Amino acid sequence: MEMETQLTTVQDKLKAQFGEGLISSEILADYPVFTIKSDLILEVVRFLYNDKELAFHFLTTLAGLHYPENKGQELGVMYQLHSLTKNWRIRLKIFFSINNPVVPSITPVFSAANWMERQEFDFFGIIFSGHPNLKRILNIEDMAYHPMRKEYALEDGTREDKDDKMFGR
Amino acid sequence: MSKDKNTTTDIIEKEYSILNLGPTHPATHGIFQNVLKMDGEIIMDAESTIGYIHRAFEKIAEHKPYYQFTPITDRLNYCSSPINNMGWLLSVEKLAGIEIPKRVQYMRVIIMELARIADHIICNSVIGVDTGAMTGFLYIFQMRERIYEIYEELCGARLTTNIGRIGGLERDFSPKAWDLLDKFLKDFPPALKEFENLLMRNRIFMDRTIGCGGISAERALDYSFSGPNLRAAGVDYDVRVMSPYSSYEEFDFIIPIGTNGDTYDRFMVREQEMWESVKIIHQAIGKIKKEPAGIYHADVPEFYLPPKEEVYNNMEALIYHFKIVMGETEIPKGEIYHAVEGANGELGFYIISDGGRAPYRVHIRRPCFIYYQAYPEMIRGGLLSDAILTMSSMNVIAGELDA
Repeated sequence: MEMETQLTTVQDKLKAQFGEGLISSEILADYPVFTIKSDLILEVVRFLYNDKELAFHFLTTLAGLHYPENKGQELGVMYQLHSLTKNWRIRLKIFFSINNPVVPSITPVFSAANWMERQEFDFFGIIFSGHPNLKRILNIEDMAYHPMRKEYALEDGTREDKDDKMFGR
Repeated sequence: MSKDKNTTTDIIEKEYSILNLGPTHPATHGIFQNVLKMDGEIIMDAESTIGYIHRAFEKIAEHKPYYQFTPITDRLNYCSSPINNMGWLLSVEKLAGIEIPKRVQYMRVIIMELARIADHIICNSVIGVDTGAMTGFLYIFQMRERIYEIYEELCGARLTTNIGRIGGLERDFSPKAWDLLDKFLKDFPPALKEFENLLMRNRIFMDRTIGCGGISAERALDYSFSGPNLRAAGVDYDVRVMSPYSSYEEFDFIIPIGTNGDTYDRFMVREQEMWESVKIIHQAIGKIKKEPAGIYHADVPEFYLPPKEEVYNNMEALIYHFKIVMGETEIPKGEIYHAVEGANGELGFYIISDGGRAPYRVHIRRPCFIYYQAYPEMIRGGLLSDAILTMSSMNVIAGELDA
């Protein structure tokens, strides 16, 4: 019940402000999840941050996503915001093409997004435009690929001594 | 105006020196590199380089059945592995919709609070060492050893514990474990008091730590601080209270907060949290006594390994054993995020399941990774020796930072 209130409240506000920008909203497990047009993410986050009633002032985390089957929408990012005054947690999602993986950075609103976005750039090759220092963070700088993408297997593909038929994915 | 030969009008360009602190510097307690721009003894700017022990946990998780990822979570914040284990198990249980019996939840609370104490002991005593006070460190470390002995009794391991299984615990608390726990609860408060007497109102320690590496509540929230570091800045955010798990809502404890967010406040918040943890453990023991004895896992044969003798003698148990070990257990499709209050902040697991034997995507919210990016801002304009102290009081653990 409480989850429904959270969903409808945030949904109504986003719809009033962004109209078509809000693609869909649903409840997944215990989270209201909103899918948004990818180029609007900075404005949406800023709107939710500045909204007096909701006050989403805490960026819990953000994570890159990769669905190779969704043609044209292969890559994605999910953002989790937390309103400490209301104790509401929501998740925002954006999806965009792997051929042009450019999305606005949310570092102007949250300083914490700096390293989180660098990590997702490192892992998925998502380019956050407006990021002050977008370079690799965990992997070596001259690495030629983005290892968390689904096409890269965990093990070195040239090895023949290991058979993963039975164990693992 | 004639030019005076004896004076110069050229501006002397000020030169800063670059100092490489780390990656393997004994004062940083781990593999942290900071390239510091120094004006004499004052830090003008800093750049942190991380990733020296990156082991691609999130990628590994996509290739392992759920139960096989638990030992890997040990290697996140290795000072309090049981909390990481529990965080992962609780996340998987949430995904699979497993109801855990009350007794097991309380047992998990005991384990998690012991881990919190162990972690805070390390962090606080190391703050002492970095200010030059070795004594407290040596005294209080005996108590950490006692906690590790309890772990050994609960799971057989000390540092990388792998405590717990999906659906409960691997084994019940043995009489010896209860015994060790009782003795610990008797001996720990006086030892902690002694430790506090050495440092808490110690003039040298206070002068050294008050005002060192402070951060305001606004900046801390902006940087998504969590755990004791955020509470030291004055924000009473604790996952145990805000989104309770494992029956934390039934426990009576306070969230200590600081005011300045400096090294002393972080130290004090951790001290107070240790007292609260002791209180929680006492309450949990009281609650366990009211529950039916002998239950240490939920009745979920499709997730929880059957006892070995049944596997050899019982067809059903053999099938379940096979399915679990081969990763053939049915995991529902779904997408969940579950957070626990780790010893240094909100430790969250985000799992996307497509119904396969391994998760489709796992993302770990590692508190250190998120708050360590504020480090350059916190040490700018301070002394090099304060930077060392700031790092140790922030409780940055390399394993979790680089994951």
